[in-house]
Amino acid sequence: MLLGPSLAVSAVLFALGVAGVLLRRNAIVIFMCVELMLNAVNLTFVALAQQLGVAGQIFVFFVMAVAAAEAGVGLAIMLAIYRHRQTVNLQNINLLRG
Amino acid sequence: MNLDLAQSGDLLQALLPELVLTGSGLVLLLVIAWRHRTAADLRLAAWVTLAGLAAAGAAAWWLWWHTARAIGSPGMIAVDDFRFVADWLLLGTAGLTVLVSFDYLERERLLAPEYYALLLFATLGMLLMVGGDDLMVVFLGLELMSVAVYVLAGINRHSPAAAEAALKYFLLGAFASGFLLYGIALVYGATAATNLSQIGAQVRTLGLGGSPMLLIGLGLLLVGFGFKVAAVPFHMWAPDVYDGSPTPVTGYMATAVKAAAFAALLRVLAESFSDVGAWQQIVWWLAVATMVVGNLIALAQRTVKRMLAYSSIAHAGYLLVAVAARSSLGSAAFVFYLVAYSLTTLAAFALLAAKGRDGERDVLIDDLAGLATRRPWHALALAVCMLSLLGFPGTAGFIGKWYILVAATTARQLPLAAVLVLTSVVSAGYYLPVIMAMYMQPEPSEQAHAGMRLGRLGGVVVAVSVAGLLVLGVRPNRLLDLARTSGDGLRASPAAPAATAVSTPTPTGR
Repeated sequence: MLLGPSLAVSAVLFALGVAGVLLRRNAIVIFMCVELMLNAVNLTFVALAQQLGVAGQIFVFFVMAVAAAEAGVGLAIMLAIYRHRQTVNLQNINLLRG
Repeated sequence: MNLDLAQSGDLLQALLPELVLTGSGLVLLLVIAWRHRTAADLRLAAWVTLAGLAAAGAAAWWLWWHTARAIGSPGMIAVDDFRFVADWLLLGTAGLTVLVSFDYLERERLLAPEYYALLLFATLGMLLMVGGDDLMVVFLGLELMSVAVYVLAGINRHSPAAAEAALKYFLLGAFASGFLLYGIALVYGATAATNLSQIGAQVRTLGLGGSPMLLIGLGLLLVGFGFKVAAVPFHMWAPDVYDGSPTPVTGYMATAVKAAAFAALLRVLAESFSDVGAWQQIVWWLAVATMVVGNLIALAQRTVKRMLAYSSIAHAGYLLVAVAARSSLGSAAFVFYLVAYSLTTLAAFALLAAKGRDGERDVLIDDLAGLATRRPWHALALAVCMLSLLGFPGTAGFIGKWYILVAATTARQLPLAAVLVLTSVVSAGYYLPVIMAMYMQPEPSEQAHAGMRLGRLGGVVVAVSVAGLLVLGVRPNRLLDLARTSGDGLRASPAAPAATAVSTPTPTGR
């Protein structure tokens, strides 16, 4: 039920996530936008799984676990860079250029 | 040996290399928990890692030797020669990286044995990626690899550049995973399957070649993989990340990570989407853009590390040509080129790590001036690497490029072949200055190269790689046969599940 609207909502959420990654400059906000993308995909999987069988729902659990692992590593990396630069704004993080 | 993946005993056998690697990873974590304070502990961890990699390689060899094949309904993991050959390449690359890291970690005072555990788990992720016969396994393997490599990039916590590289790699990598995942979701929506060969069968039987959902999904998959292999519109992260990471990790990223992503891409395209023509155009444009942009920007680089980073982007373009050829000749050329490129790049980064005692990021091409008089063997090895990257006759790089050209022309991709040749000529403009600096310019001072020390194990790596390059350049036949059978295996497997009951498909020309 409601397959079309669910897919549309998840597509919109995904697009919002992509736009956020491309437009924002704060590393934490960018990471939140990536999480938004992943959760939009989760919504797609769940919506599709109503008709296509259980594989989609299983996929969602794996995605959640992977997102949690990524969050753990990602926040640790941001802490590491904050200790060096006292900022997580990508505009000020520009040692590597050329 | 036929393995029915529906039975747990057979499944365990099919997964043997991965299981061995998982086991040794857990053992290594236990060892590190007790021994993690001194340089001796670090060496112990390295030897445990090497033992684990060797055991996994032996397990893959055992499966290969018994010509293991999967029967019955398609499972989560593929059992074919392509997987075994890719496993060896990845395990070998990881092993050489460990050998280079011995001296490097002690010299940079990175007393972190977790380095080896992360390396081991990243390699495990790669094995799952290239072996996965299901998009779920491919995705999980990719994430296992990526998360471990994000940490490896920033393992040097004293270096602001390494932290920046890790941050950039993490943000762009997670972004790319999002695209890949959305692609998987849409492909699943269009075909109701996540198994690669089932997707292929569904596309064929239902005639989904023009379904918009499938095509968008395929496009998003290509974007995700494009990020991972650093193909050109999606390459922005690569030079910065390669530049900032510790040099052995850079070597590992430029070879193993790229090889694993490419192998998974090739398998997905060959097994699931061989009946969808659309990707060939996309890969065609990706290849052209990658070759042109990678080579042109590399010309402008002054530091060796960034030059090698852009050169690895350019080589991704050559590999995409082999993918675009979409024939078993193309897959054979792909495997051969991947081996040649990995050996060369690893040796080059090992030499760079030895040269840059006080920061490899600052080694300019001009800093290599006069290396041939002071360190003749190092200079010779680096010269062979540069010639092989350039594709000079007598080296493995030449044979690899030659076979990619043959595959491209056989597939009637003449413009692609022409671009490959032209950009290779351009690449002489940045490979040859390295050799000219080493052999034709005088040493700036007596002490210029005094600090360059490779160490015994680093020397072994460079010697093995260079010898391999030269031997493969003269006698490539054994590896070519291996590459060819593995490529055939990839093409033969997407037979529809029903067809196996009628007759066992034997590829012609084996």
